[in-house]
Amino acid sequence: MSVLVLAEHNNTEIKSSTLNTIGAASQIDQNIEVLLVGNSCEDLANKIVNIQNVNKVIVVDDPQYQNPIAENIAPIIISLANNYSHILAPATTFGKNILPRVAAILDIAQISDIIKVESKDTFVRPIYAGNALATVQSTDEKKIITVRPTSFEQAATEGGSGEVEKITFDLEKNIVEFVGREESKSDRPELGTARVVISGGRGLQSAENFSMLNAIADKLNAAVGASRAAVDAGYVGNDYQVGQTGKVVVPDLYIAVGISGAIQHLAGMKESKVIVAINKDEEAPIFNVADFGLCADLFEVLPKFSAELDKLNTIQK
Amino acid sequence: MKILVAVKRVIDYNVQIRVKSDSTGVETENVKMSMNPPDENAVEEALRIKESGKAEEVIAISIGEEKAQETIRTALAMGADRGIHVKATHDVEPLAVAKILQKIVEKEKPQIVLLGKQAIDDDSNQTGQMLSALLGWAQGTFASKIELEASAAIITREIDEGLEKVKLPFPIVATCDLRLNEPRYASLPNIMKAKKKPIDNYTSDELGIDVSPRVRQLKVTEPPKREKGVMVADVAELVQKLKHEAKVI
Ligand SMILES: Cc1cc2nc3c(=O)[nH]c(=O)nc-3n(C[C@H](O)[C@H](O)[C@H](O)COP(=O)(O)OP(=O)(O)OC[C@H]3O[C@@H](n4cnc5c(N)ncnc54)[C@H](O)[C@@H]3O)c2cc1C
Ligand SMILES: Nc1ncnc2c1ncn2[C@@H]1O[C@H](COP(=O)(O)O)[C@@H](O)[C@H]1O
Repeated sequence: MSVLVLAEHNNTEIKSSTLNTIGAASQIDQNIEVLLVGNSCEDLANKIVNIQNVNKVIVVDDPQYQNPIAENIAPIIISLANNYSHILAPATTFGKNILPRVAAILDIAQISDIIKVESKDTFVRPIYAGNALATVQSTDEKKIITVRPTSFEQAATEGGSGEVEKITFDLEKNIVEFVGREESKSDRPELGTARVVISGGRGLQSAENFSMLNAIADKLNAAVGASRAAVDAGYVGNDYQVGQTGKVVVPDLYIAVGISGAIQHLAGMKESKVIVAINKDEEAPIFNVADFGLCADLFEVLPKFSAELDKLNTIQK
Repeated sequence: MKILVAVKRVIDYNVQIRVKSDSTGVETENVKMSMNPPDENAVEEALRIKESGKAEEVIAISIGEEKAQETIRTALAMGADRGIHVKATHDVEPLAVAKILQKIVEKEKPQIVLLGKQAIDDDSNQTGQMLSALLGWAQGTFASKIELEASAAIITREIDEGLEKVKLPFPIVATCDLRLNEPRYASLPNIMKAKKKPIDNYTSDELGIDVSPRVRQLKVTEPPKREKGVMVADVAELVQKLKHEAKVI
């Protein structure tokens, strides 16, 4: 039996989190099949077959699957489930939305957000906002798992030699009406995969001030993130949020500006390689996890930081 | 219309979690417990729908040990009309919780079931989706806005890329984000009133649901600790350190 990975994509590109999920799947079994449900996604299927360890891409290509509606995608997975020992999806809002539906109908206890594969039935996952790590063993015959993307290497996009299998699946009923999406567009790297992330918190005080981070982000080719308080205050959209109930990031460099370092924020960034904290309160808990702390007023620091980076760039040139 | 709200009793979000030295779990003795934070948003939303005249009754349900009653009382003090407690002697996994909720939904026939998007203890983020699938209903997960029309709800969902809107015909399951609303505090008179509101009791056996765990927790350990680093004097030093010591810029 093989492992099925549900692909997250936009009909032309596969999301990098799916590559991490295939990476995790490779640690369970090298025999991997990918399910691609979308609309006009044939070209994408032909790319996915080249991913390392992917033996087959099962494609359901139909206008009714233009948008990833959980209620419509889950039945497809359920109809295929017999062929697989494990069914995996990324622990993104896409995967989290769909996979528990599959698990419930198949009467399987899903294992959410794994960060490590110990064996075919045993996995490690964070609980309590990452303040504890649970090693758990599934006693169900089939395993249904969501994978924390940042905890696994991405599978190589070349080197595989799988085949494409087209199937059709007719929806019995479509009860969900998709109204629309508002995606924030940005030329900066994606938050989940950026090498450098600079995040702002309530200390930034306003949306205008928050954009001070952009100048630095551009110089470092960084993604911009935020604390929940900054999102709640309306400085930036929810897609910026880092933490227990936002995104998990593991960049080489994480710069926290005007963020106190609540446990729920740390849950999303404390695995970063190097952490910098800029905060005017020397008691701020963020300093306990920072490799480099700067206790100062961010409104003085940010322009200087930007200027120092300019100097650095001129020297390099 | 009735609204059913699922509220879970969890370790309060301000508590510093301690892993037990024998690796069997986390310390829960003498630890402050509270309603799971997004479940407060779920209760608040249900009350607002009722106050707008679109629902007649809000029922709060919790599954767990005896003390889960306290969490139900909190919901009643906020304004829920009555409670349901399904007793269990150990932590019940999301799948079994979803099956219990399904049974209660079949009895109570609510048009809307509200849950939190995630319990902050197990961080599973499964129960609402599972319940919705078992019922064959539509789901609006990670909701930051719920607008009701005569026969459908328009739900704004927080997704990784931004926001998504879906229109779902009743009956529906929705899971709530903390941004959905600002939960109210229970006033003293309401806390007193809540003591007289009824709570129905069930056991999982009575409902015919097997709650034995499917997932064995082999051990619970502390995550690796991060060493506290150094404080730098100014921006110039910071940039030098990042460039030459950490080599990340
Ligand atoms: C269930 C639950 C889930 C949550 N999930 C998340 C999550 O996913 N992500 C998240 O981030 N939070 C989350 N939170 C919220 C979290 O508990 C904190 O409230 C939040 O992280 C605080 O954000 P903050 O650090 O920006 O704000 P604050 O705690 O208000 O900190 C602001 C900081 O800015 C500093 N500051 C102010 N002015 C200046 C200045 N001029 N110069 C320098 N420093 C300055 C202050 O010293 C302070 O340390 C969650 C909470 C709950 C209950
Ligand atoms: N034991 C329980 N009792 C009541 N509600 C629960 C219970 N477990 C989970 N829930 C609900 O399901 C939501 C998601 O939980 P989870 O899937 O465990 O992350 C919570 O926010 C609650 O609304």
